[in-house]
Amino acid sequence: MSTASTVAPTHASATRRRRARAFAILVPVLLVSAIAAIGTGAVEISPLQVISILLTNLGVEPIVEFTSLQERVLHAIRLPRVVLGALVGSALAVSGAAMQGLFRNPLADPGLLGISSGASLAATASIVIGFHALGNFSLPIAAFFGSLITTTLIYMLAQDRGRVNVTTMLLAGIAINALCGAITGLFVYMASDDELRTITFWQMGSLGSATWRMVGAAAPFLLACSLIMPFMANALNALLLGEQNARHLGIPVDAVKWLIIIVVAFGVGAGVAVSGMIGFVGLVVPHLIRLWLGPNHRALIPAAALLGAILLINADLIARTIVTPAELPIGIVTALVGAPFFLYLLLQGRKTGRLI
Amino acid sequence: MNQVSYKPEAPGIPLPHASEPSLIEVNGLSFSIAGKTLLEQIELDLAQGELLVVVGCNGAGKSTLLKNITGELSGRGDVQVFGESLDAHRPRELARRRAVLAQHTHLSFGYEVEEVVLLGRIPHQRRQVESDEDREIARESLRRVGLESYASRNYLTLSGGEQQRVHLARVLAQLAGTKGDRLLLLDEPTSSLDLAYQHQVLRLSRELCAEGVGVLAVLHDLNLASQYADKVAVLAGGRILAYGTPFSVLTPETVRTAFGHEVMVVNHPCLNCPLIVSAT
Repeated sequence: MSTASTVAPTHASATRRRRARAFAILVPVLLVSAIAAIGTGAVEISPLQVISILLTNLGVEPIVEFTSLQERVLHAIRLPRVVLGALVGSALAVSGAAMQGLFRNPLADPGLLGISSGASLAATASIVIGFHALGNFSLPIAAFFGSLITTTLIYMLAQDRGRVNVTTMLLAGIAINALCGAITGLFVYMASDDELRTITFWQMGSLGSATWRMVGAAAPFLLACSLIMPFMANALNALLLGEQNARHLGIPVDAVKWLIIIVVAFGVGAGVAVSGMIGFVGLVVPHLIRLWLGPNHRALIPAAALLGAILLINADLIARTIVTPAELPIGIVTALVGAPFFLYLLLQGRKTGRLI
Repeated sequence: MNQVSYKPEAPGIPLPHASEPSLIEVNGLSFSIAGKTLLEQIELDLAQGELLVVVGCNGAGKSTLLKNITGELSGRGDVQVFGESLDAHRPRELARRRAVLAQHTHLSFGYEVEEVVLLGRIPHQRRQVESDEDREIARESLRRVGLESYASRNYLTLSGGEQQRVHLARVLAQLAGTKGDRLLLLDEPTSSLDLAYQHQVLRLSRELCAEGVGVLAVLHDLNLASQYADKVAVLAGGRILAYGTPFSVLTPETVRTAFGHEVMVVNHPCLNCPLIVSAT
């Protein structure tokens, strides 16, 4: 032992320092993004005014003056939208990271695997059928069960004697996406013109309808996803060695798998319910964090949560400012960035033979 | 060159800790799947500080036997580990004193080598945080497999043999610092290794035995078994054909029956063990 400690290369602490530095960057960037997004729009609110309005709410003296219009816009429109964007972005990114760990493959993404379309199908069905039994929670709950069923299905299909078959996984994802799309289409066919417009726009993804009521209904599910998943980090690290090896490390593999699947269904279901299908966040964000900080889930999950929030806040900012006074669906923005990135990953994978 | 015998001296079943309770006790184990019997009436035991090697040709049931002992499979009969049936153990506590090295471990994410070794410390950690002691143990384990300078390398850039040694370091780290009985199960740990590292793995196993760990290894190479094992079990067709010290077990008749090949067995010119060479 003594020889080892005298040599003591401190690269491990270097890695830890790099991770600490990453969080020291991500947290301020998230705050700056949020303040910029809150301030931007038809009614301009300067960053200092944003801070002042928020401080006033906490009973602190404001730094600069602001108008009551600004205050009302901030409260009724901007803040719920930014909060929702941050919550959805982190839940999607964390879900993506967790699915990639569970499937032991960096291509696993809630959108590609059909989990989002399962949620979307259940949500559409609940709109058309008129399922309101659970009040505000009806839509998120329906979407939760939709994503739970598709996640379970795809996990069972992709598993082959403890190994994940990537081809089966991706093909099953295509099939589930097609099937859910078709059944959703049936419901859309049955829908009235009004419902149709809502459904179509909602499916492309938008945070435009964010209200505090909606934030209140979705936040418990989204937060559950982002806050429970960090506790799964060691189990996910162990699972990357394969299920049997994880068992030999004392991980209660079956319980962990189900917990991860349920928590992902919470996050993706609630995300889809409030903002429609927002693709590629779960794919791109964890991948970027892995390039930056390595694959260790203890850093990956919290960092992905922060970057997911940053990404979605900014994507939404672009979506609602680039074609003012109209708005682009945010799903278009994330897909425009994400789809080429996905193709790039496939090309890289072909070069190194690693991804598939 | 003076030769070191790695084993406690003594042909004839030595059982240095015969009075100690067995770490593994297998009684009347049979296992069949889809109407095919893979294991029949297996009897085995492993004491503290003992190295038991299981040999046999492909399909003889070596891996099936190991999986019945790790709990991945469960057949009829009785398998006890640390004096209790497998179900009686809490998974996490079992993981602190029993480590398993699989034949192949697929890991397709670019962890640093030291992080892979630290995965072995998971059963020892509360709240997912590794201590300085864990890191010290990881470094020491890497040193024991000769990879101390690889600690910060990307696992995916290593050769297959180096990756296998990283996983060996991981299971060493898993058992480090545990008090009481410990058990290491190795499934063909030398299959992707060069000659020197094959011997390194078995020398390490003997070192662990000297610390009181019981080691059960499935091996292909009869001469590795002969050189390092306290006891050898020869499997053929799901049955134990012979079980005892290398001298008593590794005879031309047994090898012919188990492997279908004529061999000669001579005394090793410088080590105190039988040497098996092909006769045809």
